[in-house]
Amino acid sequence: MANNLKLIKNPLSKDNPITVQVLGICSALAVTAQLKPAVVMALSVTVVVALSNVVVSLLRNTIPPRIRIIVQLVIVSMMVILVDQVLKAFVYEVSKQLSVFVGLIITNCIVMGRLEAFAMSHKPGVSFLDGIGNGLGYAFILITMGFVRELFGSGTLWGFQVIPQALYNIGYENNGLMIMPPMALIIVGIIIWVHRSRNKDLCEK
Amino acid sequence: MFSNKYIFVYSTILVVVAASILSIAAVVLKPFQQKNQEVEKMQQLLSSVGIVSEADNAEELYNKYFTEEYGVNPEGEIVSSYINQQQTKGSERPFKADMKKELQKVKSNDSSASLPVFVCNKDGKKNYVVPVSGTGLWGGIWGYMAVDEDLSTVVGVNFGHKSETPGLGAEITTEKFQNQFKGKQVFENSQVKLEVKKRADKQDKYQVDAISGATITSTGVSNMIKDCLGLYIKYFETIKTDSNGK
Repeated sequence: MANNLKLIKNPLSKDNPITVQVLGICSALAVTAQLKPAVVMALSVTVVVALSNVVVSLLRNTIPPRIRIIVQLVIVSMMVILVDQVLKAFVYEVSKQLSVFVGLIITNCIVMGRLEAFAMSHKPGVSFLDGIGNGLGYAFILITMGFVRELFGSGTLWGFQVIPQALYNIGYENNGLMIMPPMALIIVGIIIWVHRSRNKDLCEK
Repeated sequence: MFSNKYIFVYSTILVVVAASILSIAAVVLKPFQQKNQEVEKMQQLLSSVGIVSEADNAEELYNKYFTEEYGVNPEGEIVSSYINQQQTKGSERPFKADMKKELQKVKSNDSSASLPVFVCNKDGKKNYVVPVSGTGLWGGIWGYMAVDEDLSTVVGVNFGHKSETPGLGAEITTEKFQNQFKGKQVFENSQVKLEVKKRADKQDKYQVDAISGATITSTGVSNMIKDCLGLYIKYFETIKTDSNGK
């Protein structure tokens, strides 16, 4: 039981896919200019990682090692297309904003990384937890970035104005750099810095 | 450990299973997706006549303002009409028509071509909205152009594109570019004269300034307007004669 809890907790901090494993950076830069797409992307990745982890884990003893990457790719692609179709049907506006990035979940290193490193050698139950854990670890960083970037870049959160007009009247301006990709890199950098300064064991010698 | 035969059979089954799951999902979710696309189209039509809408109220606003839809052929004859949510002529609702396909029909002299016109009744005035479709630099561009009761003054436009360069060609979707069209004239002596050109004279009512760095996309917009609006000339003439005759 304690081990299972670890599977969820570790990716949130000490084994975070973005800040420690440095996987999935590309999408983290692209979809975090606003909070809403960041949340949807995070959810989509979590669902894809968890479900493909389970499927691959169920099939792990039947998958011929010589074609295992192809098999994993087929499974991941199938999940991603399913997610894409569901988004198009129920949250059309968001799916348009995410556009190509949903398709690119297929190449998101977190998914393939977890399949290879975990699901191929573990039982379905724990693989599912590992997928959820890593998805949440990814979600945590994405939502933090989306929050900071939308708040300072557009003065809104989830599309609602939160910075009062009075502040603009006395000369406050939205930071245009916040919504550009370079700022996302800088924010990831800051998160990693804070994270490592609190967890000294993560620092390379 | 695994024979070649096993690998072949395994991968075949895997692919067939994955394909069937995806096909089922596509069929089940299609009605929802189509609904979303229709709502988006309504929003674009509303935006071309200057009505701001959200996904939630687009359908309601559309039904309120766009009370008439017509399908016309290049000869100016009405082949289908859909008035007050009722199909009154022809079998296909003009709203469902795809401008790109209709243009191809016109090109290949297919007599079944039915070009959509959307009539918006707003503040006691009629605005005529026609779809336009053409090609940009990397892919398709499309949009809607709304003209006033005089059938020449532009009320507004709404453009979209598939894959134009962000910051250059993709700027055609910005308000800054689209607002330039407002108040311009499309026709002169039954010819499309409105054009998008470099170093346009802002005072000239037939010229819209092109986007610098996006020559091909700008020319694409210009050609798209010329090609598509040109097909409506005869229809617009008939409306004019009808209203003069009254």
